[in-house]
Amino acid sequence: MITRDEFKTIAGNGVWKQNTSIVQILGLCPLLAVTTNMVNGVMLSLATIIVMAVANVAVASLRNFIPHEIRIPVFILIVAALVTVVDLLFNANLHELYLVLGIFIPLIVTNCIVLARVEAFAAKNPPLQSTFDGIFMGVGMLWTLALLGAMREFLGSGTLFGGIDMVFPSLQPIQILPESYPGFLLALLPPGAFILLGCLIAWKNWMDARAAQRANRQPPAPVATAGCH
Amino acid sequence: MTSAPKEFSAPGMAARTAATLFIFVIVFTGLLSGAYLWTKPAIEASAAEEKMKLVNEVLPSSEYDNLLLDDTVTLPPTPELGLAEPTTLYRARKDGQPVALVFEAVAPDGYAGKIKLIVAVRADGQVAGVRVTQHKETPGLGDYVEVKKDKNKAHPWITQFTGMSLAQVADSEWKVKKDGGRLDYYAGATVTPRAVSKAVLKAVKWAEANRNQLFANAGATK
Repeated sequence: MITRDEFKTIAGNGVWKQNTSIVQILGLCPLLAVTTNMVNGVMLSLATIIVMAVANVAVASLRNFIPHEIRIPVFILIVAALVTVVDLLFNANLHELYLVLGIFIPLIVTNCIVLARVEAFAAKNPPLQSTFDGIFMGVGMLWTLALLGAMREFLGSGTLFGGIDMVFPSLQPIQILPESYPGFLLALLPPGAFILLGCLIAWKNWMDARAAQRANRQPPAPVATAGCH
Repeated sequence: MTSAPKEFSAPGMAARTAATLFIFVIVFTGLLSGAYLWTKPAIEASAAEEKMKLVNEVLPSSEYDNLLLDDTVTLPPTPELGLAEPTTLYRARKDGQPVALVFEAVAPDGYAGKIKLIVAVRADGQVAGVRVTQHKETPGLGDYVEVKKDKNKAHPWITQFTGMSLAQVADSEWKVKKDGGRLDYYAGATVTPRAVSKAVLKAVKWAEANRNQLFANAGATK
């Protein structure tokens, strides 16, 4: 079972303290490619939440059978097989949703967030905790990608919720800046994503430093991660 | 991970690890094949449904009574249609009589690359319908060839072709008005409709020339 405190720690780590995108800086490749608008960012994150929860619970359940020396190939095998199974099940049973999320699911296979969480958390913790870890790491990614996508979309093309009609056919994107807005191409290209992501990281560090100052503590040391992006 | 490490010789350790990995591979490959076989019918059904949805847009399903998806001919790469790869052509029949051919065509000279079309031509040479299935034309400018993006919802641009035939409309008329033809276009984006019109004319001519042979062809039964 899971205690309240454990749950709080897992949720806090996933959403803020060890946020995959702005603290661990993992999964940059899909992040850069997909966040040209907010809807895409949210959709990729939703697909990632599902895959991470499934992968974490599978590895956590099998963790006692996996020899330490070959854990990485086994993890990759498990993650790749499960992603494919999720992809097939989506396609067969939730076809409408698949048409929307489908293109993002193969992207996740290449996303090292999944492997990183499996290695760092699920391999050492029971299934229930691991499931929550997968979900909350995904939630952390969700709000970061949504924010980044919204900023890029707003600066780049002056709209919000572009592509929402793919998800809910009755809704239309909102034009915020006047139609004559010429667009700001840099924001839509990968360099713009890097710059804005840098701003987000700076903002997060500033918030943490301010909170630490108030509490008269040392600011938290940055989390060191392996070189997987 | 595992409890107290037992002492193994190096070969013994290697064999044990290999066996474990092997079991994992077997189990997950099995899981994968199981999921594939279990979901296959549903996935094929929805793929067929999607195809039919597209075909229904260019040819009303009330006009034929055969199983369209089973009455097909595999076309080799056809330069006349701009097709560089083999595609599938569908034959619509009613009471065994030819009704229409439904096939793909590509306009190679769009403003931003190829524009893929699906075209239905009736047995009498009339265009039953044309739809754009894939394109990269400028959003908000040339993309009105796609029904969903056309601001004129009552009579989308692409529906102008419906009912046109070589017998009624001279070759020189299968052009946008700017080029002396009869087709409307939106100011500011003529390259896209020009490319589509050209491709449709070529498709109709190709269907005219090959129709009898295509309907007679035994074709590929599924």
